[in-house]
Amino acid sequence: MNKMKINIGPQHPSTHGVLQIITELDGENIVNCETEIGYLHRGMEKLAENRTYLQYLPMVDRVDYLGGFFNSFAFCDAVENLSQTEVPQRAKYIRVLMMELNRIASHLLWLGTYLLELGAISPYFYAFREREMILRFFEKLTGQRLMYNYFKFGGVRKDIEFTEDIEEILKVLPEKLKDYERIIADNPVFLERTKDMGIITEEAALNYSITGPNLRATGIKYDTRKESDYYKDIDFNVITAEKSDALNRYLVRTGEIKESMKIISQCLDWLKTDTSDCISSKINEINLKLPEGEYISKTEAPRGLTLCCLVSDGSEKPYRVKWRTGSFYAVQILPELLKGHTVPDIMAIYGSLDVILPEVDR
Amino acid sequence: MNYIYNLYLELLCRLGIPEIFGEITFAVIPFVIIAAVLILVVLFLVLFERKLLAFFVQRKGPNRVGLYGCLQTVADAIKLLFKENIKINAGDRILFNLAPILSLTPVIIIWGLLPYTSNFEFMKFDFSLLFYIALTFIPLIAVFLAGYSSNNKYSIIGAVRAVVQGISFELPILFVILAVSVLSSSLNLYEITNAQNHFGIFGWYVFPCFLGFLIMLIALPAELNRCPFDLSEAESELIAGYNTEYSGMRFALFFLAEYSLLFASSALIAVLFFGGYNSPFGIYLAELLPVKAILTSILIYAEQIFWFFLKTMLIVSFYIWVRATLPRIPAHKLVNISWKYLLPASIINFIIVLLIKVIFGGAEW
Repeated sequence: MNKMKINIGPQHPSTHGVLQIITELDGENIVNCETEIGYLHRGMEKLAENRTYLQYLPMVDRVDYLGGFFNSFAFCDAVENLSQTEVPQRAKYIRVLMMELNRIASHLLWLGTYLLELGAISPYFYAFREREMILRFFEKLTGQRLMYNYFKFGGVRKDIEFTEDIEEILKVLPEKLKDYERIIADNPVFLERTKDMGIITEEAALNYSITGPNLRATGIKYDTRKESDYYKDIDFNVITAEKSDALNRYLVRTGEIKESMKIISQCLDWLKTDTSDCISSKINEINLKLPEGEYISKTEAPRGLTLCCLVSDGSEKPYRVKWRTGSFYAVQILPELLKGHTVPDIMAIYGSLDVILPEVDR
Repeated sequence: MNYIYNLYLELLCRLGIPEIFGEITFAVIPFVIIAAVLILVVLFLVLFERKLLAFFVQRKGPNRVGLYGCLQTVADAIKLLFKENIKINAGDRILFNLAPILSLTPVIIIWGLLPYTSNFEFMKFDFSLLFYIALTFIPLIAVFLAGYSSNNKYSIIGAVRAVVQGISFELPILFVILAVSVLSSSLNLYEITNAQNHFGIFGWYVFPCFLGFLIMLIALPAELNRCPFDLSEAESELIAGYNTEYSGMRFALFFLAEYSLLFASSALIAVLFFGGYNSPFGIYLAELLPVKAILTSILIYAEQIFWFFLKTMLIVSFYIWVRATLPRIPAHKLVNISWKYLLPASIINFIIVLLIKVIFGGAEW
């Protein structure tokens, strides 16, 4: 039988972004497949080179639009380490709090869109409803829903003066997560579609340098939060599973939402007892000149390890900025995962990797 | 009926139109009326679905056009009417244009077959159930033709899926229908309904034929390409599947056919298992009213229509609920469901029904 080549993307409803998957089909079986990226390339790294540090700071949120705080943090952390600026303890806790809220929001959006790709429409709205609460809080605090520009070099821009919204989220979310379990994880159709779909072996995951929930689902306990200075007083578990198939990746992510809530409540308790109002160390942001050197900051973003490599030549502008993001590597392993599966499984597997295209192309 | 026919011929005669023309057109008029009613019902059905889906996910649904959004679907229909019909350059143009018509026409005839009241003279004949089943497979062929003629890879995958789906779910449905016709000793939809008019709710065939009812409930959305079996137009995989290349009124025809078939299929379940237009209380409520006999008989017809639509809409609501809840089932698993579970189950159901028939005898089980 003749093989049929079919383009999935870049304008396809469920690649949510502009990924092109060129698949070679035999009937509905995928014989061969390659991914084509670069449709959303904005030159994030090159743009840094003719901007001052402060000018570049608002742009980094756009590297991964669902995890703005993580990118902000990665860049700020690199700058702070190069300039050896001390971050006040209160600012550190606020940063952790915001990042974990952002992780929940990001995982919720993934949850909704993934189920939509599998053909279930309700979870999409449920997940967005809960995400909306978090975004409302972000908007209240930072004035923005997605591109926050809230972290600054040496701290954060504004203190958290109201905590009711977060307490509300912490109160509502666990019940809703139980509802999700009932409609999603207990659903035989969902289990059928995700179990043993797109298994990433431990070896392949390490070879392709997969990180984040996709890696942790294989059983490797790799989470840079555990090494981070920011999380050292915070008690949380690293969620792992035995086998990285679509179902376990889902379970790891929902587990991470619960762990994030644990972290948030700890941060909140700390912030309430703390009386200092120092949220930022004094630093000349506008004419910031970093000493010559190089620093790589590590952040555990929702989609895997985010590295921001910052090279400074002593001038006002960075000499080179390099981003390493989780989704890029997840896309690379996609052809290997898809081989031997059928067309409906494309979305079941691709969606489970939680790829955000702006993060891939940067 | 004859009276209306003579009146019609006389009217045409006075207008100077030959009698032969009247004889031909008289058969067509009911279908025109049905088509008009069908469009109205479908407009309501789509609105109903959107409102109900919105309710399930805690949205408001359409609420801008008209009172509580009641004119939303009308506005959508008008928009579709005025949209450009995009013509295809490659592919089979004749089949491309024929497919939407082929998908709607049988459904209009099906609507004529449905027993809305006990005395709906139009198209009342033996074997109407068999005719119904034969007609429901034509829209499937139309879907295949649409996908085949579009010259689009997504469409052809959708079309092939539709055929696979149709073939595998045909047999369980036929076996269930066989069981029901054995129970009622008839293939006439009116007689099947009347056979269930004993002991009120307990006369319904859903009790002796419960397994068959479940099989029908699962197999019919597969015939209709509805969620969770909407493989042939799975939008997250195949853009729009078989109707990717369709636009404007041609697309609207597919849309109409899909929703009117959903209504017709739900009506079939209501007729086969829930006593169709029969009242669940054994007697019609209109009989209890102290009014004149002629008024009572009219009220009974109205009540029969009410029960028929109520039962049908409940089943339609069930399908909408399913759509809101379940993810899509992939094609190869769908075939598994049909051949491994539904077909054996339908045969078991047939045997059970035969035993019941042997033990109890008679049309009322």
